[in-house]
Amino acid sequence: MAALTELTAVELLEQLRRRACSSEEAVKAMGAVIRRRDPAIKGYLEVDEEAALDQARSADAARARGESGSLLGLPLAFKDVLNLAGQPCTCGSRILAGYRAPTDAGAIARLRREGAVFLGRTNMDEFAMGSSTENSAYQVTHNPWNPDRVPGGSSGGSAAVVAAGEAWAALGTDTGGSIRQPAAFCGCVGMKPSYGRVSRSGLVAYASSLDQIGPMTRDVRDAALLLKALAGPDPMDSTALDLPVPDYMAALATELKGMRIGLPKEYFVGGSDADVERAVQEAIAVCRKLGAEAVEVSLPHTHLAVPTYYIIATAEASANLARFDGVRYGTRTKADVHDPIEMYAKTRAEGFGAEVKRRIILGTYVLSSGYHDAYYLRAQKIRSLIRDDFDRAFGTCDVIMAPVTPTAAFALGAAATDPLQMYLGDIFTVPVNLAGLCGLSVPCGMTTDRLPVGLQIIGPAFGEEQVFRAGYAYEQATQWRHQRPPIADRTDLQQG
Amino acid sequence: MADSKTGGAADAIDVAYVARLARLQLSTEEIETFQRQLNSIVDYFKAIREVDVDTVQPMAHAVRVQNIFRADEVRPGLDRELALANAPVHLDDQFSVPKIVE
Repeated sequence: MAALTELTAVELLEQLRRRACSSEEAVKAMGAVIRRRDPAIKGYLEVDEEAALDQARSADAARARGESGSLLGLPLAFKDVLNLAGQPCTCGSRILAGYRAPTDAGAIARLRREGAVFLGRTNMDEFAMGSSTENSAYQVTHNPWNPDRVPGGSSGGSAAVVAAGEAWAALGTDTGGSIRQPAAFCGCVGMKPSYGRVSRSGLVAYASSLDQIGPMTRDVRDAALLLKALAGPDPMDSTALDLPVPDYMAALATELKGMRIGLPKEYFVGGSDADVERAVQEAIAVCRKLGAEAVEVSLPHTHLAVPTYYIIATAEASANLARFDGVRYGTRTKADVHDPIEMYAKTRAEGFGAEVKRRIILGTYVLSSGYHDAYYLRAQKIRSLIRDDFDRAFGTCDVIMAPVTPTAAFALGAAATDPLQMYLGDIFTVPVNLAGLCGLSVPCGMTTDRLPVGLQIIGPAFGEEQVFRAGYAYEQATQWRHQRPPIADRTDLQQG
Repeated sequence: MADSKTGGAADAIDVAYVARLARLQLSTEEIETFQRQLNSIVDYFKAIREVDVDTVQPMAHAVRVQNIFRADEVRPGLDRELALANAPVHLDDQFSVPKIVE
């Protein structure tokens, strides 16, 4: 049998159900892996093993009493942007040092009800702003495949710990690609649910009309399991819609007969690295062998997606981050101040990092008098055009396939001086958020430099079932899910 | 301040002015760096001007739902002690801020 820590979440839960192991044993075993590997990866900001062991023992006791839950005893890592009652939540920012969450986020409460155990907080770009996790105020996370490369971002810590075998699964958030891009860079599965599928209450807001919480896992089946637990309405978030939550695992199948795969011609115009383009084309060929039909579709406003996204996201961020004023929570400047305005300005200057400051300024600018109509209002109109593009495309296909990113993981430090260059890498992911769709990142190959490549499968709003179905059939037909980065110990590689 | 907003090249971003609007105190170095970086980003944003959007409806969010209603019932809010626990300074069960009026 494979080592406990090498199992998928579904496999671990099966072991727990059969009492072949306890949740306590699982947490201890993973704790040992984390101590061995995380000093080199730095994916976790904090692992509270004692607290996790308490939860694990409770889960074991509950199981002994005959209780069940779809995640009973499953330990999960989570991005440090989610509130867990009594726990720190730094959002990768100095300004939230010392903060403790008063309540559970809606999505966390759902997982708790299903019996999940919370293992540790993962590193992220400050306030989820970035594509490399280098914007964290606390530490730099390394890509498990190559320590000189970024893990992607903003959910880079979550992707890295899943890929390095330091967690069975993790939660991420995705505003413009922050689940899918790090999943692609690190070689794990990442699901960005449709807007409105998962409650955002207790998720510290970056851009409220775009943010979604989703799972990052070792395979597609695990993502289906976790989304089923995460999804559903919440009285604390009116945008979390009260629509039936399908049994996503039941939707998985190993063939794709009758499925129409849309290939946006604007996404395949030579803008991607050759290795990425080749891996994605090969993945599409595999799906056709599984019975799917490929059809060309057009998304004519693709070239406007990045500027539209950065206008809308920064505008919303500038409003959302106004709450960090040194009054109700977070740090306050120790400098001598004469009035509240000066206190706010100094507190925010000391508390925020460079990328957050840039985006607040940009967002304030596009909303400011004289520029609102030219930038913000116009971007909202183009957002409609982008959604209309997808509506038309989904008239002729069931899912859309594309790269997640134009390149594999870039070098640490590469994005530091030219933020615009980093924004351009979001071209294939931001349209999904703007249109409120769901998108899955599935490993689909390796570059010649031995870095993972991700296949993106995009579905219409609330079309997660068909996306999971396509992702699972493709994944099962290939071997990429068995690839392990060099950081994974050789002894662990003997199994599975 | 009105002058600095429109001063310089048409539509150029005045980082020092916008930072004041955003209640963000920047150092001289930060203003210089952001000015350069944000100039190129704002320049890139101009791509959105090339499409005709006169007849297009703006989209504020992605859910095709206009409103959600719930029963208007009194429910407990956040406990006062819990609400104050994260405040950097509080006094007599209240958040405390520097004096606003003399």
